[in-house]
Amino acid sequence: MAAKTLTIDGKLISAEEGATVLQTATEAGIKIPTLCHLAGVYDVGACRLCIVEITGVAKLLPACTTKVAEGMEIQTNSERLRKYRRLILELLFAERNHVCAVCVSNGHCELQTLAYSQGMEHVRYDYTFPKWGVDTTHRLFGMDHNRCVLCTRCVRVCWHIEGAGTKNVAGRGGKSKIITDLNQAWGDSVSCTECGKCVMACPTGALFQKGSTVGEMEHDRDKLEFITTAREKKQWVAAD
Amino acid sequence: MSKRIIIDPVTRIEGHAKISIFLDDDGNVSDAEFHVVEFRGFEKFCEGRPYTEMPGITQRICGICPVSHTLASAKAGDALMAVNIPSAADKLRRLLNLGQIIQSHALSFFHLSAPDFLLGWDSAPAQRNVFGLIASNKELARAGIRLRQFGQEIIEILGDKKIHPAWAVPGGVRSALSAAGRAKIRAWLPEAYATTRTAFDLWKQTMETHQREMQIFGNFPSLFMGLVAADGTWEHHGGRLRFSDSSGSIIADQLDPQDYLEYIGESVQGSSYLKSPYYKPLGFPAGIYRVGPLARLNICQQMGVPQADAELKKFKKFGHGAVTSSFLYHYARLIEILACLEYVERYLDDPELSSDDLRADAGINNLRGVGVSEAPRGTLFHDYTVDRTGLLQKVNLIVATGQNNLAMNQTVAQIARHYVRGHAIPESMLNRVEHGIRCYDPCLSCSTHAVGQMPLRVQIIAPDGTVLNEVARG
Ligand code: SF4
Ligand code: SF4
Ligand code: FES
Repeated sequence: MAAKTLTIDGKLISAEEGATVLQTATEAGIKIPTLCHLAGVYDVGACRLCIVEITGVAKLLPACTTKVAEGMEIQTNSERLRKYRRLILELLFAERNHVCAVCVSNGHCELQTLAYSQGMEHVRYDYTFPKWGVDTTHRLFGMDHNRCVLCTRCVRVCWHIEGAGTKNVAGRGGKSKIITDLNQAWGDSVSCTECGKCVMACPTGALFQKGSTVGEMEHDRDKLEFITTAREKKQWVAAD
Repeated sequence: MSKRIIIDPVTRIEGHAKISIFLDDDGNVSDAEFHVVEFRGFEKFCEGRPYTEMPGITQRICGICPVSHTLASAKAGDALMAVNIPSAADKLRRLLNLGQIIQSHALSFFHLSAPDFLLGWDSAPAQRNVFGLIASNKELARAGIRLRQFGQEIIEILGDKKIHPAWAVPGGVRSALSAAGRAKIRAWLPEAYATTRTAFDLWKQTMETHQREMQIFGNFPSLFMGLVAADGTWEHHGGRLRFSDSSGSIIADQLDPQDYLEYIGESVQGSSYLKSPYYKPLGFPAGIYRVGPLARLNICQQMGVPQADAELKKFKKFGHGAVTSSFLYHYARLIEILACLEYVERYLDDPELSSDDLRADAGINNLRGVGVSEAPRGTLFHDYTVDRTGLLQKVNLIVATGQNNLAMNQTVAQIARHYVRGHAIPESMLNRVEHGIRCYDPCLSCSTHAVGQMPLRVQIIAPDGTVLNEVARG
């Protein structure tokens, strides 16, 4: 495969053709913040936290879905990018009901960690305080729509790793919602295999193991990596 | 002509308070009311949440006794799951509560109350606080602060306060007592005992010089309620409920906390958001009861630990049957600190507190569960109703300060009766009324209930419909 030469943050890098900017940066040790990206499943470019600046391109592009090209000059951490990332995070917090202090994922949440690392000190928008419910009808797992960021990681692992196709997205815009089967209670789902991959995949406290108390829900991403490595590379190795 | 006096706010009581004193036509005090003007609507807020989140949510109700809420909430969760928690978990929860009682009582005694009776009611307000105490008796103030820290240390060792997790959870607790934690508590214990002894000496002198206060600071007959063990020993977390009266007779015993609605009624005073609980069989207001240290000592036969038992004997001599003066809440607090230290000491030699069997696992087996624990200020009830999947449908909390509200009103009225004549409102009265309330160590931020959406400022109208006089003191 042809190699492409490009620069990221001024660093000269050679990347494989067809690789994404995110993959290339990660391999070069440059960290780009992500939220909807999950190793092992395809990217959808939903959250836009991984936006980068490319010289000559007016729009900001998501690193996770943008392929490298010869001669690209990429900036991953400009003041403009940081400003937009904070804005995206603030909108995510304002859109649903996040009360970290009493959340099952407090201390182990990707959204919370991003807010800290991106210097989000407060939310400049009015909170919308939508009325979202909690579905605890499943024997093992719960879903709190109040904390969902609509990253669709749960949907993608459910369809493309487990192959059950239980989780889906319904509705549009701010009213979008993760549903099970044909929008029924999770406990009534006939397709759910109870594998728990969606719970492992969820970056926030939206999906949790039932019985979890504050700060107790740690999503085990290593298992997902183990499965995808085994599938793709036929290597059954524990992630380190 | 009727006249109303308002003291607003009562300083050094956390949260905000308002007091109304009603005078009759002759200028004598006829009645008093102590209002809580804070309103937080926690019960409504919790509806729809999974019950497992409640120990974390409810510990945010009140920054003053979060530990008590988390314990009562975890117990309500146990009841929903219909589990008996592992014995190690029960002991660890108890250790947490002991730490909470020590720190809270030390705060109440040394920081909030001692300045009044050590520096004098009529000393300058700028001095009559913990800073004044530091200026006049540095050693004592320091020791008091350290005793409080000792209790806080226990809480921190168990609960890892840094990220505020709910350490006590439905079914048990999340971690055991570490060896390092055990060693730390053990090393600190002698100092804690010594401070408590100093406080006892001090208190005994105080009682000699404060005979009048013992007579008029909330000295009236009432019922007393709290948890006791099956054999009548002092309890703070397990056991069942007992009511006794001012003659010391037990009028109801070993009541199952799950059935509290059968024997506790809540009268909602029109003028307040606070629900005023009473003992149902005697009706309202005859069924008024007090909770907290004074009540717990009145209802129990023994503390169950030798040093505190010796003190309990002396304490009981201050009453005919029950000790009825609320000024002696302070005394009861010291005895409880001593008992807590002795129980902590026992636990330090108990290997079970390092056990790994800490949490029972179960789904929802009861649709309603009540958790009761003794908060430093008195009995705390958490009553949860859930659906089959564990989402809360209804939450009812009964806090200590609410249960003591009627007694606080009587205390204020009694003190005011001795210090108010005609239209004069002496500063000396204000200071004493303030202290009368402090005897109960109220936790104002958590003592209101969601019973309506009325405005928070409560107006009280004189019998002839006129508000005649207001005196505010900042
Ligand atoms: S999901 Fe994350 S950001 Fe949202 S409340 Fe929970 S910890 Fe906070
Ligand atoms: S439930 Fe979790 S994984 Fe699924 S879309 Fe929402 S935040 Fe993402
Ligand atoms: S991680 Fe690239 S858009 Fe979400």
